[in-house]
Amino acid sequence: MTDVMTPPQPALFSIKDLHLSFPDRAHRPLFGTAPRIEVLKGLTLDLPEGRITGIVGESGSGKSTLGRVLVRLLAPDAGQVTFDGKDIGTLDEDALRPLRRDLQMIFQDPMSSLNPRHKVWRIIAQPMKRYRRGGTRADALKALEKVGLPESFADRYPHELSGGQRQRVGIARAIALEPRFILADEIVSGLDVSSQAQVLSLLKTLAKDMGLTVAFISHDLSVIRHLCDDVIVLNHGEIVDSGPVQTVFEHPKSDITKALLDAIPRPEINDSWFD
Amino acid sequence: MVDATYSPRPMRFKIRNLRLWLPLLWIVTLIIAAVFAPIFAPHDPLAQDLMLERLPPFFIDGSEPGHLLGTDSLGRDVLSRMIYGARIALFVSVIAAFSTGIFGSTLGLIAGYYGGWWDRVISRLVDIWMAFPPVLFAVLLVAVIGTGLTSVIFAIALIDWTRFARVIRAETMVQAQMDYVDSARIGGARRMATLLSEILPNVLPSIIALLALEMGIAVIVEAILSFVNLSISSDDPTWGSMISEGRGAIHFAWWVLLFPLIALFLTVLSFSTLGEGLKKQFDPVLK
Repeated sequence: MTDVMTPPQPALFSIKDLHLSFPDRAHRPLFGTAPRIEVLKGLTLDLPEGRITGIVGESGSGKSTLGRVLVRLLAPDAGQVTFDGKDIGTLDEDALRPLRRDLQMIFQDPMSSLNPRHKVWRIIAQPMKRYRRGGTRADALKALEKVGLPESFADRYPHELSGGQRQRVGIARAIALEPRFILADEIVSGLDVSSQAQVLSLLKTLAKDMGLTVAFISHDLSVIRHLCDDVIVLNHGEIVDSGPVQTVFEHPKSDITKALLDAIPRPEINDSWFD
Repeated sequence: MVDATYSPRPMRFKIRNLRLWLPLLWIVTLIIAAVFAPIFAPHDPLAQDLMLERLPPFFIDGSEPGHLLGTDSLGRDVLSRMIYGARIALFVSVIAAFSTGIFGSTLGLIAGYYGGWWDRVISRLVDIWMAFPPVLFAVLLVAVIGTGLTSVIFAIALIDWTRFARVIRAETMVQAQMDYVDSARIGGARRMATLLSEILPNVLPSIIALLALEMGIAVIVEAILSFVNLSISSDDPTWGSMISEGRGAIHFAWWVLLFPLIALFLTVLSFSTLGEGLKKQFDPVLK
């Protein structure tokens, strides 16, 4: 594409005029189809390769929905979702499957996203096996080591771990496939403050080491400020602010961003935690 | 912090586990009695002796030493008939419960996971099926396809699959909402693989609990069909036919009716209690 707006880094994700709506079952008339609620109202954005982009907004702003479109758990109603030059917005599940190795996700609630019936090593190894990238117990142990969990965790079940440990397993599963993109959806919102800091610094280290592109969804700007390179502020399905973290935080363009900035609790997270 | 020391909890005997062990004890006893019936039964269950008809059990005056639980109106040994009756009861319960369970659970899993038209068709079928009174349905069915154990098993599976389909459908729908299903999709799993290796292990405890319950139900249905003479030939010793025969003589030979009834009661109770206990035992979170 020869566009005057081409960003300095090549964009891994390029999204144009993304629309998405859900049926509003609560207001369904007695007969006929339910009205639709527009969740994403024409988003256009780029996620540059190798950078961590924060997606922030209040609940109901559409940030999780946007995330789920990126990893194609949801399909857009209209618009283009281009990943690495390929429009993935309209692909069906069979066509998506080979691409999914590069599009990983860490979930908000690890208790729900880790199958309670499977041992930790199997949770990590199974996707590797499906993509023929190993999948032995030893491969799973290597991934566990990268997230700082000792071998003894391999044979535990998810409910035998603490929240922070579970989230590390979630990270291990995502990075084990050596993807190019990881979506992190509110991954620390269920954790206590010290586990939060540990999980965040782990994610940051891994992302930089592996050259990952990360979309980090959060409602907490203080977390975004310390972790992310860029930030996108969503409100009611529209982008109200975006740019490098520094710029957005110092010169917020919209009232929404200002309100979110004012909501940052003090004392602030210490920068040294991420070193 | 990361805790490196970990050892699995040892199996401990708890009072709560009595709910598991007591039914298991009864069922194992029953299985041993059924398998080794020729060894344990003191008499031929079919041997009639009109000289020894309606002998009372051992604790009542006038009993014969060889007939521990007395004899029926044809002089057949009640205990021996009960032991041989356990064979039929257990055979029917295991085969019928598993056929019912596999058939009903498969439909429940499909309806709950694939949804859409699958769910609509299967759910309507369940609704229609449940509108029939089950016992009447069973009686009609056996009357049409003929008597015999195979018919009884077939009838149970054909009638009671809805129990599995309903419960497993609901359970599958709950599990399908869990993030681990999306995780599997992100991890490249096909839909069928997700259903079988992610969802099925999570609904398996419910299937096992229902299986045990269904075994109890199968024993009852077999007894009911024996009672109305629609199971196997009335000479063959089944608990249902013993109850049926004992009914006529309840005023002067109550033991003919009571002992098989107790066996039936204990067996059904054991199966349903075992089902609940097993469900808890198989759940790694509850355990």
